[in-house]
Amino acid sequence: MLQFILKRLGLAILVAFTVSFISFSLLFLSGDPAAALAGETASGEDIEALRRLYGFDRPMLVQYGDWLFSALRGDFGESYYFRLPVASLIADRLSVTMTLGVCGITFALLTAVPLGVVAAIRPNSIIDRIALFISVAGQAMPSFWFGLILIVVFAIQLGWLPPSGTDTWRHFILPTVVLGYYAMPAIMRLTRAGMLDVLNSDYIRTARAKGANETRVMFRHALRNAIIPVVSLAAVQMGFMLGGSIVVESIFALHGAGYLAWESIARNDLPTVQALILIFSMFYIVFTFLADVLNAWLDPRMRSS
Amino acid sequence: MTEPLLSVRNLRLDIPTGSGTLQAVRGIDFDLDRGETLCIVGESGSGKSLTSLALMRLLGKSIKRNADRMTFDGTELTTASNSQMRKLRGARMAMIFQEPMTSLNPAYTIGDQLAEALLLHRKVSRQQARDRAIELLEKVGITAAESRLSQYPHQLSGGLRQRVMIAMALMCEPELIIADEPTTALDVTIQAQILRLLHDLGREMNMAVILITHDLGVVARVADKVAVMYAGELVETGPVRDIFNAPSHPYTRGLLRCIPLPGKTDRGAKLGTIPGIVPSLVGEVEGCVFRTRCPHAVAECRGDIPKREDGSHAFRCIFPDGKRHSEKELTV
Repeated sequence: MLQFILKRLGLAILVAFTVSFISFSLLFLSGDPAAALAGETASGEDIEALRRLYGFDRPMLVQYGDWLFSALRGDFGESYYFRLPVASLIADRLSVTMTLGVCGITFALLTAVPLGVVAAIRPNSIIDRIALFISVAGQAMPSFWFGLILIVVFAIQLGWLPPSGTDTWRHFILPTVVLGYYAMPAIMRLTRAGMLDVLNSDYIRTARAKGANETRVMFRHALRNAIIPVVSLAAVQMGFMLGGSIVVESIFALHGAGYLAWESIARNDLPTVQALILIFSMFYIVFTFLADVLNAWLDPRMRSS
Repeated sequence: MTEPLLSVRNLRLDIPTGSGTLQAVRGIDFDLDRGETLCIVGESGSGKSLTSLALMRLLGKSIKRNADRMTFDGTELTTASNSQMRKLRGARMAMIFQEPMTSLNPAYTIGDQLAEALLLHRKVSRQQARDRAIELLEKVGITAAESRLSQYPHQLSGGLRQRVMIAMALMCEPELIIADEPTTALDVTIQAQILRLLHDLGREMNMAVILITHDLGVVARVADKVAVMYAGELVETGPVRDIFNAPSHPYTRGLLRCIPLPGKTDRGAKLGTIPGIVPSLVGEVEGCVFRTRCPHAVAECRGDIPKREDGSHAFRCIFPDGKRHSEKELTV
């Protein structure tokens, strides 16, 4: 197990370096940052001066090394737009995004897994149909529309919850539901399919033949095996929620990291964009790594491979 | 006469399908005492596995079960509650399945799965369950038993897994053990060992054993009683000696001609085959099910077929001796 973890960790670090290099060079190739920074009316000398000031005249690999080395120490440079250290800028926004992401995935898992299990225990029953309806509705409704509906009903009509902002935990309820409901259908359907598959397997029959009761059969023998693909999916969705919840963040005026990324791209704020891409990729890498470890714990066959 | 451990009368299993009801098992009767080994033989799809699963009440919900009687040591299994069944399963009646490769849970160690069988039914400590697991692994011929406990199913070969399955079935010292083609998925070299082991353990622990197989060579060696199943019916049942020496049903004779038996098959003689295929069991099933493949079939075979009994030997045929003497006799 320890050997497996170390191997995966090594792989994750390798991937992290590759991603950092790609993200750095992609932005570098997207145009002349000095020209963009200087504005349309700038003269050639102004652009040249800016290029030297920010070090764009150096070889790309040197710039990358410089940037990466600083990034490892938590220094992502200064935002071109805010004239503030990128690190503190992001840290501020990231706490909102992380809260939202963690709440969202928790909401999704807590609704999807039980619903998937129940649906699989009684396939084609009324519960199964309801679960299917909920998941199809979740897949069909765009987040921005569902978010607005929730605001209209719960914030404006009923007045139970605040429509926007991040001041208290109550501000996070509606965004959590919208974001969680977006991730829920896929998790639910994968849980249902996995459970159906596992419940038909020979070892479930063996467990019953031993005299295990249904609760034990479902949770100890079936769910542990059925949940394995769900772990991988949830990890990817978690990464997505932390990086791509721009829509939800804009509807509810939560100024999170996703929203910042979108703004920074529009403003050509290169250091911020680079830092955000790096951080979002790191989230993916970390969650994939954690999912691998969790899966290896769940399924001993994965430890050897 | 004392009550047999297991007694089944007129067991029927119906499977509803899109094109009508499939009468998978029809009117099965048999008794089994402690210490006896019953072999159920027959072609694939004849209902052997369904019958054994019905005894354990492990059939899917879609299969309809009917029986006049299905008692285990006085308990009526058809009407027993789910919790009564759970107390019997694993504790007093255990089952070994056909597929050792997939019958163990891949997520738990061998030790966990062995111990579970005991911990579910007895108030014992984990340590006691572990000791018992080691004891039984040794008994089923697994070397380095203690180190196997921490291994996972995927680390073991098919033969070892089936031995683990047997050990698991024995954890609570059941009175009845049902083995559904326990060696089909295994190498030929392992098959005989496993069956011998099962038979010896049955004797040693005075267990009733139901062995489902289509290997008649095995039957000849281990069975006390034989039940020959064809297309959902028991066409012939009886003590192993009678079945092999005086097979009365044409199907039984056909089966016996299909395998070489030491001392009974002439050297150089051709082995037999039974031409034709098993009839469909969807919809009404009338008369003798074997008549479409039987060399002696006559018009009367479409009607009711009497069950002919001579002591413990019984068969279903319209001919009083199953036309035994009109066929070229097996050299006895």
